[in-house]
Amino acid sequence: MNVNPRREDNCFSFFPSTFNLRSFCIPIMWDHEIKAMASSHAIIASSVFMATVVPAVFIRGFSVYGTHLLWLSSVTGAVSVVNVAVFWLLGISQPTKKHTIGYKLSRLVRSCLYLLLSCLFYHTVVVLYGAPLIESALETFSLAVLLTSLTTLRCLCVLGPNVQAWIRVFSRHGAMSVWDTSLQITVACSVIGAWLGAFPIPLDWDRPWQVWPVSCSLGSVIGYLTGLVVAPAWIHFHRKQLTYKCK
Amino acid sequence: MKRLPVLCLLLWLCALFYAGIYLFVSGFLLVRLEVNRTSGCDDVLQPSGARRDFCGAEPRFRRTLLLVIDALKIDFARFDPDNKSPRPYENKLPVLEETASRRPAHARLYSFRADPPTTTMQRIKGFTTGSLPTFIDLGNNFASTAILEDNIIHQLGNIGKRLVFMGDDTWENLFPNKFQRSLPFPSFNVKDLHTVDNGILQHLYSTMVGEDWDVLVAHFLGVDHCGHRFGPDHPAMGQKLTQMDGVIRSVMERLQNDTLLVVMGDHGMTDTGDHGGESQKETDAALFLYSPTPLFPGPPSQSEPEVVPQTDLVPTLSLLLGAPIPYSNVGQVLLPLFPAEGQTEGAVTGLSQLEALWVNVKQVNRFLETYSSMARDIPSESLAALRDHFSRLSATYLASSPASSPASTRELVESMQAYLSSVRETCRATWARFNPLKMAAGLAVLALACLLCFLVSQASGALAAGGRGLLTVPLKDPVFDSLRCASLLSDSYVIAEGRVVTFLLLSLGLFVPVRLNWEGRLLPPLHDPQKPPAGLLPPAPPPAAVRRESYVLLGCLGLLVGGAYLSSCFHACREEQGACQPSPFLAPLARLQDSRRKNLQYVMSLAALGLWTYLLRRWLRHYGNLNASGGAVLAARWVLPLVAVCLGLHWAVSGTPEDSFRNLAELIGVAQVALPRAAFALLGLGMALLWADPITVFLKTRGPAPGRGSHAAAIPPLPPRYRASTGISPHAELQHLIPQIYQRMRRSLEDSEQMGAGEVDTRPAVEAYGLGTGMAMSFLLLLLEMGALLHIHASATSLAGLQGAHSGDFSVPWTPVVLWSLASSQFFHATGHLATFPSIQWAAAFVGFPGGHAGTLLPASLVALNTFSSHILFGVACPLLLFWPLVCEDDAEDAVMEMRLRENPQQFSSALLQLSTRYLTILGAQVLASVCAAAVLRRHLMVWKVFTPKLMFEASGFLVSSVSLLVGVSLVMRVDLAVGRWFRRLLPDATR
Repeated sequence: MNVNPRREDNCFSFFPSTFNLRSFCIPIMWDHEIKAMASSHAIIASSVFMATVVPAVFIRGFSVYGTHLLWLSSVTGAVSVVNVAVFWLLGISQPTKKHTIGYKLSRLVRSCLYLLLSCLFYHTVVVLYGAPLIESALETFSLAVLLTSLTTLRCLCVLGPNVQAWIRVFSRHGAMSVWDTSLQITVACSVIGAWLGAFPIPLDWDRPWQVWPVSCSLGSVIGYLTGLVVAPAWIHFHRKQLTYKCK
Repeated sequence: MKRLPVLCLLLWLCALFYAGIYLFVSGFLLVRLEVNRTSGCDDVLQPSGARRDFCGAEPRFRRTLLLVIDALKIDFARFDPDNKSPRPYENKLPVLEETASRRPAHARLYSFRADPPTTTMQRIKGFTTGSLPTFIDLGNNFASTAILEDNIIHQLGNIGKRLVFMGDDTWENLFPNKFQRSLPFPSFNVKDLHTVDNGILQHLYSTMVGEDWDVLVAHFLGVDHCGHRFGPDHPAMGQKLTQMDGVIRSVMERLQNDTLLVVMGDHGMTDTGDHGGESQKETDAALFLYSPTPLFPGPPSQSEPEVVPQTDLVPTLSLLLGAPIPYSNVGQVLLPLFPAEGQTEGAVTGLSQLEALWVNVKQVNRFLETYSSMARDIPSESLAALRDHFSRLSATYLASSPASSPASTRELVESMQAYLSSVRETCRATWARFNPLKMAAGLAVLALACLLCFLVSQASGALAAGGRGLLTVPLKDPVFDSLRCASLLSDSYVIAEGRVVTFLLLSLGLFVPVRLNWEGRLLPPLHDPQKPPAGLLPPAPPPAAVRRESYVLLGCLGLLVGGAYLSSCFHACREEQGACQPSPFLAPLARLQDSRRKNLQYVMSLAALGLWTYLLRRWLRHYGNLNASGGAVLAARWVLPLVAVCLGLHWAVSGTPEDSFRNLAELIGVAQVALPRAAFALLGLGMALLWADPITVFLKTRGPAPGRGSHAAAIPPLPPRYRASTGISPHAELQHLIPQIYQRMRRSLEDSEQMGAGEVDTRPAVEAYGLGTGMAMSFLLLLLEMGALLHIHASATSLAGLQGAHSGDFSVPWTPVVLWSLASSQFFHATGHLATFPSIQWAAAFVGFPGGHAGTLLPASLVALNTFSSHILFGVACPLLLFWPLVCEDDAEDAVMEMRLRENPQQFSSALLQLSTRYLTILGAQVLASVCAAAVLRRHLMVWKVFTPKLMFEASGFLVSSVSLLVGVSLVMRVDLAVGRWFRRLLPDATR
């Protein structure tokens, strides 16, 4: 598909010059990093809350269950926008070797393509797991878009449009920075949350949140929020054990 | 470890499980105590004072005609004149409503509610004894035994009525020698719509006009069989009901004044024509009462019940015919049939409402006293309340006089009715009696067996791995299995089990590559140019090989996922799943009316069958040489295609509509018997041959070759390049050759082992095929998914091996075993089965035996083969999990493959033991979970509807799986033994 960039090689060129590059490889300096991560996660989490609360003020009859699609799209939009903004401002992204317009454009196009493919992928997986195929396809697709914005978008922000790097991040020794570790944690939490969200659906409790796909999307959002909280904390408490490959 | 101890250990573990299951079930499903006392004329429960001769008094009716129309649902009996486009089963019995509305004093139509289980024998038992048969009797449906409890047939015979019976032969088994004359007709053959009914009609009218009968029972089976065969929504049902309408009309014409006509259904049916459960569609039958003399005081009043419990027929009929109420009856008399107090004017003789109720109340009270002195299961507080109620009633009744006011009489009547209803409810509630001691013991034994199985698997794993890891408890892998077990504790998950299992299977399947990736084995490792290659690390595997293996893994995963998804098209529906549509493939071909769809389905099934056969043969050919002349090889070559041909023809024959090809009827009849039997026989033959001669290697005897000495007696065909090396010394050559021979042999060993699975594969398939040809596709999916699972396991192992993590032993990790067991229960659902009794596909018993059976063993085993086909397949094929990774290894480097197993039999045996105990542990844990569910939730609303059937199915599934696992393991050992012997014959003089 595309060339594997050999991430060990360009470890030093990996982060833009605004940061002290060496800080990523020296555990003592991580504190700074973890603080940055915690605050960015706080911003993202508050955006999810805002996306739930603000429309309720402006739109009559807005509720998480009742107008679920609306809530889904507002959360998706808020998370995407805030994620992109935060990571762009922090400058955590794939180094651009070339600065030509064409190269940037092709990266943009590839990113959009990957996002679309990821939506389709999630949609397929969810249908295979037993979601209705034809009826409520719109709901299923909204869930897929939400999952994409929670997982794939973050991969894209941290690693750039590089599928091989994405796959490699999710291995035991694949993380090369604290941001990679937090990526692992949040993505795993969102996906597991969505998976667990499917569990109450067959129960005969007749609650509004058992309707497809409310429980799954709630599960994934809750999982994502948990991941946002857990990731900095976990890294903070395990910073002695964590070693990243770049020296 | 030797072979025999392994087998014995497995057998012992299985026996432990069986003992636990038996203990629990015998404590859980207890039979209601039968009170073997009978009412008599001398202990008549007379109303106050005046001792009338109960039996000698003139009864209200001298004769009665009981027309039982099996499965006459209340919906069939209703008539709606506004319905312009009636379904085939609607508005076909106008005579009932017509008579009831035109002559309201003579006729009534009620909804007649049966108690579950709604199987015919239980119902006959119920509406003749007036009691509530319990769950455990359910199994007796096909081997009815005589009723020992007091019943109305006995009572009527006792007071000198002449009883005549015709119809369903279940009655003959239930009441042997009770009838003066009886004309039983075989009931078991569900396909036969007309024999019983036509037999009855031949004799019914002539018997009726004669004078040599007092009670005539005629039990029609056509409607029920039509439901089983075609479902209610089929023109055949309309024809059958119209015929019944005619029968009722002509019976009513011939009825005399002293005769009571009772037309009743013993139970209803679901929309698919089945019965046995407790949904309202199954329990609500029709009851129609008619007499040429006025039967009722007037048109139906407001207070009249709409729904009559089935038990109420017994006391009503007894009192109307002047017989004592059977001893253990708990029903109450049908009040509208008796004149109210003070309305006894006219010619109506017999008891008034109050008297009838009093007789009934005294009888029920006497039964309750007797029963509570025999058994302690009725809770004492409710018993005390009932006794209290009775003493109040009797005081009031004895104090009342005929002159008392109508209001107080009505009050007394209502109070009596309330008493009778509460007795009935108390009995219903308590006759699910448990024996907590036995249940606890069974639970403990089961838990112990599970634990032992687990420990044995760990110990043998440690043995296979050379003594390490004895006490490491795996934590991650069985998570999915424990989820599955936990899901058995909730009724919603049991109801949606098919989807739950598929969900878990998919999750675990997707988990495999995710974990491989997490361990960094899915992608080739990156080169680290800055780091010099460490001496300790194994050399990195070629990235191409890793990548190829990963693609294979992902491809198989796709196959697995796709198969699992498509297999959900074959699911059936439980009645609890409201919006669910049962799979269209479940209906037999003969039931389809659209001929284009029928043809399409037939062609698709044939294609699936063909592909199945082709894939199996292809597989055998790939891993062995199917060109010997031995019996087993012949069987492997020819049995499968022959069986496939037989099946295809059989489907064609059974799919043709009955009335086409009239002139070929003979031939079709013969073909329907001969084709499936031929398939059975061929499969049996193939399996016997396989067992006798498991090696399918081509032996070629050669003359003493020059330079090789005279000792090489028989050598399998070898690739020519090895023959070319004859120049070297014989000894060296032989050493060179041995791995090759090994390889060949082991291939064929593997081959025959797989063939074993293949043979058994088709066997149950036959059953399902005979039923629903749509299932052929499901079985194809099964084969594909099995292959995909095996391949995923193989790829995962080889990926682990490629990256240097191979531990060198043969132990099978938990994940593939859990996947295997999940797939087995998934295909139980994907073959259209459910864990409910009505969904058992009884028609499988008639594949090849359209005339019915003499015994019960053969049909039972046929039905079991049909129901548990996926358990059998996955059980027998379980040892393949051990072989497959070795077979699929790249044989380029060293061509040892599964010969490694042969080289260290110690490890081979313990790996086999480990695999089987792991499988047993997982299955046992599921049984344990469903047993726990039944034990903990035994007072749950759904216990008889959901948890008990689930427990029974899980337990029998475990039985079948474990037996087939043992068969599979012993087959492997048989093959191993044969190969060892064969090899010793080859080798001895060569090495010397």
